[in-house]
Amino acid sequence: MVFALGIGGVVGALARYLIARALPVTTGAFPWSTFLINVTGSLALGFLVVLLLERFPRDRFVRLFMGTGIIGAYTTFSTLEVDTALLFRAHHVFVGVLYVVASLAAGLVAVWFGTYVAKVSFGHRWSRGETK
Amino acid sequence: MTLELFVMVAIGGCVGAPSRYLLDRKINGRIESDLPWGTFLVNISGSLILGLVTGLSLSHHLSPLAKALIGTGFCGAYTTFSTFTLETLRLFEVGQYANAALNVTVSTLVGLAGAGIGLAIGLAF
Repeated sequence: MVFALGIGGVVGALARYLIARALPVTTGAFPWSTFLINVTGSLALGFLVVLLLERFPRDRFVRLFMGTGIIGAYTTFSTLEVDTALLFRAHHVFVGVLYVVASLAAGLVAVWFGTYVAKVSFGHRWSRGETK
Repeated sequence: MTLELFVMVAIGGCVGAPSRYLLDRKINGRIESDLPWGTFLVNISGSLILGLVTGLSLSHHLSPLAKALIGTGFCGAYTTFSTFTLETLRLFEVGQYANAALNVTVSTLVGLAGAGIGLAIGLAF
């Protein structure tokens, strides 16, 4: 399991690094790359957790490999906090507050929306006994 | 240089994700609480380490490769935003509104303090 999580960590970290390289952020600007990474990752984790619960309730491996490994490593809390602290240190207080509040709000809406879409897509069929 | 940076991020991520899992499991096994203490402690400690790494890098005491390994790779994969939002949503969905709000505000504020302290120490060198 720890080995599978290591592989998941490589995939998630590289995906995050590629996006961060593709969307470089200038000093003092809103850190769009980390914002997008955290929001899309929250959306994906919400969707995945409900999908697995509805369709593969006994499959712990996929949940850990994809959820804890790939998506967990793809999203990042420390970069959000350090980038905000850097914005504050450089006196870009408004951008810093906007960044952290927008990340939290959009991340929470995204994770809820992910679970909602998965519930609508898979939950009803599962509850009617249609497993395929 | 580019390839080396990718390799460093990969190695850091390979260590970071399992570290988060093992620490989270250990903490949740010891603390009986509705609040997700495992993710909280992972995210706070990771923010402190990344602050330190970023500070040392800005004061030119850390090479770009070391920053890619410990910062982008390890700290990025060790800490997680998606599990944090999912656990907050769960608290909200079971009606623990105060705990959900507490998890968001305390994680964010203590994480910021950790990041700031780490940065200040790193920049002081």
